[in-house]
Amino acid sequence: MIHSKWFGSVAAIFIVLLILPPLVPRFYVYILALIYVTSLLAMSLNLVVGHGGLFQFHHGVFYGVGAYAVALMLTKTSLPMWVGFIAGPIVAAITGLIIGWFCVRLSRLYFAMLQISLGSLIWAIVFRWYSFTGGDDGIHGVPIAPFLFSLNSSYYFILIILAISLILLYLILKSPFGTTLQAIRDNPQRCEAVGINVRHYQLLGIVIATFFAGVAGVLFVVLERSVFADLLFWTLSLEIFIMCLLGGWFTFAGPMLGAAIIIALRTFVGKYTEYWTLILGILLILVIFFLPEGVMGYFQNIFKPRTKEGIERG
Amino acid sequence: MLQVEAIDKSFEDFMAVNGATLTVGKGEIVAVIGPNGAGKTTLFNLITGALKRDKGRIIFKGEDISELPPYQICKKGIARSYQIVNIFPRLTVFGNVQVAVLSQQKRSSNLFRPAQNIAVEETRRILESVGLLDKERSIAGSLSHGDQKILEIAIALGNEPELLILDEPTAGMSPEETSATMDLVRRLAQMRGLTILFCEHDMDIVFSVAQSIMVMHQGRTLVQGKPEEVRNNPFVQEAYLGVE
Repeated sequence: MIHSKWFGSVAAIFIVLLILPPLVPRFYVYILALIYVTSLLAMSLNLVVGHGGLFQFHHGVFYGVGAYAVALMLTKTSLPMWVGFIAGPIVAAITGLIIGWFCVRLSRLYFAMLQISLGSLIWAIVFRWYSFTGGDDGIHGVPIAPFLFSLNSSYYFILIILAISLILLYLILKSPFGTTLQAIRDNPQRCEAVGINVRHYQLLGIVIATFFAGVAGVLFVVLERSVFADLLFWTLSLEIFIMCLLGGWFTFAGPMLGAAIIIALRTFVGKYTEYWTLILGILLILVIFFLPEGVMGYFQNIFKPRTKEGIERG
Repeated sequence: MLQVEAIDKSFEDFMAVNGATLTVGKGEIVAVIGPNGAGKTTLFNLITGALKRDKGRIIFKGEDISELPPYQICKKGIARSYQIVNIFPRLTVFGNVQVAVLSQQKRSSNLFRPAQNIAVEETRRILESVGLLDKERSIAGSLSHGDQKILEIAIALGNEPELLILDEPTAGMSPEETSATMDLVRRLAQMRGLTILFCEHDMDIVFSVAQSIMVMHQGRTLVQGKPEEVRNNPFVQEAYLGVE
């Protein structure tokens, strides 16, 4: 009953988003598409941060690696576009596997520090290797098939890939693997004691998360047709981390809401003042004090039917 | 079934376990007693692999397990509960036990089937046997302390262990909860043919439940034997039973 109602509202939102592009100005279509891309990136991060309890502090690198993999393939080789689209996430996941393999050997802040170091190394290579990556100029005018030329068609492509990715992420979260990952977040020591090889599952989680970060990277190229080294810079990683926090990292859809809030702030408040992050900062402080479960977590608690658990929790 | 042979463990200068030995036979209920700091919990952590021993051997079913990581020791058939509640507080009661059952059935890496349809019967049977089935949908962190301690045991049962190690299963419980829990432990041992190794401060419980008692003192094994033998041991009488 609750399930079908929930499904109904998600389907309704999806249909509204589908019919929106011809009705609103181009600029809004672009901002919405950018929100989708960033949403997917934040959602992929939250799989390991909110549900896996890992200090994945440099997730942006895998987004950038995915985007650069497509951009380089399409500009330097004559392979068909689809090959590039598939290669992007795979290259990101392989990078995730390599970096993750080292990181899961450490815990918490040491994990984070090692990942920031290894990630920054990749950023430095991309930033400096002018002959291959274009250095700080980036790569512009990535050739994309004609049917994705118009803004509206790339909007639809991004929306559909986002929807498929979200369904997959949801299934993964509700699968035995998802349950195990959340158990590891809650209590890694106890997981070892019930026969779970914690590192193995954490690494699998990182590979899945980085794969979807790579998908987001591909979508970024579809939208912007260019890539630049800033995609791999640590400030972006911090920003998506904040999106998870702000939206609610123990909820499924929270990071999307966080992404929408931050991009909307940057776009609309950023128009009036370059100090829009000041507002973001105040917002974050308020969230941390008053909505510790994030915006989405707060709404979930309000609308949660008063079941037995609700009463027992007091 | 389990032999601990002259095992040592030190933390910097402090010898927490110092040449302890222990024998647990198949189907037995064995208690470890001793004052606070005697090394009981450390001994359990060594057996389950949470800590690595410095010296000595741990033999389980004829195999040396002293070098194995915890998750492999668990797969050999040893499961444990903890003295301080150690559960998955954000998961439901059902989820807590299911995690162990999934791991036991080697289905933890299944990615695309809904977990709510997997291992349901096994999980619910365990919850029923410990009396938590009516709370299966509650968030584990919201349970009372007594129920959380029971959940501890239920999680350990999810691995279908042959040897169940309980570290002070009744710590912090009221007298009624304590006796109900010990009845449960006895019943489970019978029903599932479990071998149980536990430690406990309450001497009445220990002498009524255990078939064999090992007394620890400053990391050493003083004596292990049947309850009567241990009760009549002069040193044990003086040190623990308060007999002049």
